[in-house]
Amino acid sequence: MDKIPILRMGAFLLVTIQVDLYDRLALNLEADLVQMVNKTSAKGVLIDISAVSIVDSFMGRIIGNIASMSKILDAETVVVGMQPAVAITLIELGLPLKGVHTALDMEKGMNLLKSMIDETEEEADEDEMSDDLITE
Amino acid sequence: MSLKTHQLLKNKKKNILELWMKNQLADESLREDLISNDELRSQSEELITALVSNLSGENFTNLDSDEWSPVIEILGGIAITRARQGFSPRETGNFVFSLKEAILDVLQQEITSDPMTLFIESQKINRIMDNLSVVTFETFIKGREEVILRQTDEITEISTPVIRVWDGILALPIIGTLDSARTQIVMENLLQEIVETGSSIAILDISGVPAVDSLVAQHLIKTVSATRLMGAECIISGIRPEIAQTVVHLGIDLSNIITKATLASALAYSFKVMRLEVKKINTVSKF
Repeated sequence: MDKIPILRMGAFLLVTIQVDLYDRLALNLEADLVQMVNKTSAKGVLIDISAVSIVDSFMGRIIGNIASMSKILDAETVVVGMQPAVAITLIELGLPLKGVHTALDMEKGMNLLKSMIDETEEEADEDEMSDDLITE
Repeated sequence: MSLKTHQLLKNKKKNILELWMKNQLADESLREDLISNDELRSQSEELITALVSNLSGENFTNLDSDEWSPVIEILGGIAITRARQGFSPRETGNFVFSLKEAILDVLQQEITSDPMTLFIESQKINRIMDNLSVVTFETFIKGREEVILRQTDEITEISTPVIRVWDGILALPIIGTLDSARTQIVMENLLQEIVETGSSIAILDISGVPAVDSLVAQHLIKTVSATRLMGAECIISGIRPEIAQTVVHLGIDLSNIITKATLASALAYSFKVMRLEVKKINTVSKF
């Protein structure tokens, strides 16, 4: 049984899909990933699909699902390295993947995640500061 | 067609050809710049030979029969070549009509004693030649359509250049109407270029698009979404006031898309996103 490895890197989870996803594999990935996010309390999930050349509506939905689920668990999802053909197919299927962040490559995706995490932390700091002010 | 007339036309083939050539050469619309007289003569001779040898057949009036296929083939070949060479429809039509005149003239000269036969035979010739002219026209138009199709293909190929305006910024000026086929090409070119150059911003300039209806807007939104999926940002620029009016009147929602009025402001926005700055150099005067 194939399994897609989920790597942990600091506060982020790294998933590189090197094979064409079939339905069972995608479902397993979804379940594993959500478990992993919960276990490691990751802040971001990076999915690299640069090697995926075939995509269907199911696959598009799974990616959307993963993003929404991670969002609930307080982790942002960034999909990187989508092939032009895959992008066109998804659009034609009417799946613009709203709510999923995208980046051209791994590096840009990582930067995007970092900047997003920074922003949320800043907001949190500000919240704390305002709380402090109130208590004072 | 009676055997006698057939024989007569066969014998008079030379006369008909001469008469036909005379007609054609005397015609004002003769295009000596497009076709030489020798070439015209050989074309005419080929056609007339095929035609005369067919006149005896039982299926004389039935153009669909196999016997006619050589004639139609020759005629079709001539019509297509003429379409490509740039002959006008009238000039191509005259080619066949002048043959009809030539044949009828010869018939008239030869059958002097029997007006009834002359009439019947002329009618047959008329009918068959009219059919042949229809075939000529059909093929001629088909030839022209092929030319138009080829040009359309060429235009779509050359009219979607993806320009690298800055490191990491691509611009794609769209000129002409956007239809599904073109959107596909635009999208493919743009996405491919994004991957190759690793650009993070793409500017879609639509100042050259004459009109935006809901379908065109749909295509634009598709392109923008696809670019977003790739991980790049897409800006639509060059929106003229009329287009803004139509878009709002049609109730198309472009609020999720970054739109700018000019390519310059789109570029300025891109610089801001990429944290670049364009500065004026302070020139220190020597005096």
